[in-house]
Amino acid sequence: MLKTYKLENLDCAHCAAKLESAFNEIEGVIKASVNFMAQKLVLEMEDEKVDSVLKEVEKVKNKIEPDCEIIF
Amino acid sequence: MTKKLKRNLKLILIALIFFMVGMLAPLPDIYEKGVFVISFLIVGLPILKRAGKNIIHGQVFDENFLMSLATIGAFALQDFAEAAAVMLFYQVGEFFQSYAVNQSRKSIAELMDIRPDYANLQKGEEIIKVSPEEVKVGDLIVIRPGERVPLDGEIVEGFSSLDTAALTGESLPRDVEKGDEVVSGCINQTGVLTVKVSKEFANSTIVKILDLVENASSKKANLENFITRFARYYTPTVVIVAVLLAILPPMFMASETFSDWLYRAITFLVISCPCALVISVPLSFFGGLGAASKAGILIKGSNYLEALAHAETIVFDKTGTLTKGNFKVMDIHATNGHPEKVLETAAYAEAFSTHPIALSIKEAYGKKIDEKKVADLQEIHGQGMTLRLKNKHIAVGNVRLMQNLNIECPKLNVIGTVIFVAEEGKYVGHLVIADEIKEDAAHALQILKENGVSRTVMLTGDRKEIALKIAEELRIDKVYAELLPVDKVNQLEEILANKEQGGQLIYVGDGINDAPVLARSDVGIAMGGIGSDAAIEAADVVIMTDEPSKIAEAMKISAGTLAIARQNVVFAIGVKLIILGLGALGYASIWAAVFADVGVAVIAILNAMRALFLANKK
Repeated sequence: MLKTYKLENLDCAHCAAKLESAFNEIEGVIKASVNFMAQKLVLEMEDEKVDSVLKEVEKVKNKIEPDCEIIF
Repeated sequence: MTKKLKRNLKLILIALIFFMVGMLAPLPDIYEKGVFVISFLIVGLPILKRAGKNIIHGQVFDENFLMSLATIGAFALQDFAEAAAVMLFYQVGEFFQSYAVNQSRKSIAELMDIRPDYANLQKGEEIIKVSPEEVKVGDLIVIRPGERVPLDGEIVEGFSSLDTAALTGESLPRDVEKGDEVVSGCINQTGVLTVKVSKEFANSTIVKILDLVENASSKKANLENFITRFARYYTPTVVIVAVLLAILPPMFMASETFSDWLYRAITFLVISCPCALVISVPLSFFGGLGAASKAGILIKGSNYLEALAHAETIVFDKTGTLTKGNFKVMDIHATNGHPEKVLETAAYAEAFSTHPIALSIKEAYGKKIDEKKVADLQEIHGQGMTLRLKNKHIAVGNVRLMQNLNIECPKLNVIGTVIFVAEEGKYVGHLVIADEIKEDAAHALQILKENGVSRTVMLTGDRKEIALKIAEELRIDKVYAELLPVDKVNQLEEILANKEQGGQLIYVGDGINDAPVLARSDVGIAMGGIGSDAAIEAADVVIMTDEPSKIAEAMKISAGTLAIARQNVVFAIGVKLIILGLGALGYASIWAAVFADVGVAVIAILNAMRALFLANKK
């Protein structure tokens, strides 16, 4: 499943890159792409793991960029 | 300015006042130090907090941590003024950086500000303003002059001219009337239109285009991936070197002091922030994609924008890409010197036919056909017509019809379809009908060649003679004619196998029937994208108008964007390396280091913004 989420308060390009590589490590994520300029997260997930992926995404985000908000 | 930016600006100004007091007021030493600490804390506290939080989460090596370490180091060296100044300068740089990014984001968003806000829904006698999402297929909407067409549909009442500039980059207005299709995103200029909606908003052209553009920079270019990878190694390396600098020289060289080398280590820490690098490249591509959209060229990813600059071979489909795909009477020949009579006879013969060739003859004739004059009309399938007109026996058709009727006619060697006209069993003239080459096709091919495309190829299902003639006129290097759709894919495979390494193969088609070829090529370009969902989906690049010259423009934008991105990479890495070198030797102050970090970032951002203006000015 391919989903796009808006990101708020994503302030630095380097942090965006860090978030992206961390999201790609999450189990059930086929491909994650964080777009700093468009302030967007594009997540391609395995259909049956969507819930756990989204929970994990939020957790990882809080660890790396607590200021940033993902609008689910 | 966002709330956060405004708050930061306030903090910076207050800290600056304290800093100036510390610098200028004749205070006793202890108070002076106190004032600098206050100034430092006002701007530095959020950074210290973030650094602490990140360390707890196992995130070392981020810029907050590095700046905290550097300034704490400066305090340890008793450089109170410098510690405060560095943090202040860093925050000022960050402020400019965020401001510049926000500005550029806004100007790109403005380029793409074509989303319709509302629709005027007609309900019985009433007209109500609703959001476009609420309108259903089959609903009637009213579009007044000056308003944006909110949804795709068909005009049921009214006529007007539409400005398609937002979609195509062309400001030539298009006249529409009852029965015509309108595409969302255009601006209605003159008349009131009533339109029957044919697609829901979510499926409308405008939403598809916006989605495509907004998601474009998710597909990253090689240069972007390079810089992200570079940053991943760069920061830890510089930090490790900084630690070694602080420890080793004072340890082994008796003449060196620890504080001197600690200062040099601190400059390293400041320079080690990778943000200037990481931000400048994607921003350049973002600007390039924006510039392309503005010109009516939709590019689905930064990787395609990058690939366009390396175009080596361009393969064109003929019909609809290089030619207009419509037939036109190109030449009329008459034995008695009255071509208009030959045309009139042919037009009457085709009075009831809707074949494209018949339509082109009637269009060339241009006058009203009095159908009552036509008698005994007979269509001979695949050959032509016989009829009686003004009591004469007429035959109009191809060479086979003439042979079957035993009418002698000249053997012609011309490009295109020849329609013979005979009266009373005798040849009186003929028409030559051919597909028209687009006006800008020759010019486009010339520019492409000048821009480093080494090979141009044309694929077509059309007859060989026609294909060769067109190729000669446009100076195309290689032609493959009489191809079935399947052959096109095979032919492309062969061309792909023969291309040089690193060169990109670009295929340009009209997006109809050539999805497999579009997908197989390195970059697939579909032309004439308005209203064609298939083209928008299958292609990597969609050109909204049907002008081949836009390919050259896309290549120009691509080359310009790449140049800007490369300048930024070289500039950012270069300045950092130079200041690292100077810092290690003790010549660079922390001030220079802060400039290498945030100053370079701001300059790189400003340079990246030039990508926005790469499109041809109209």
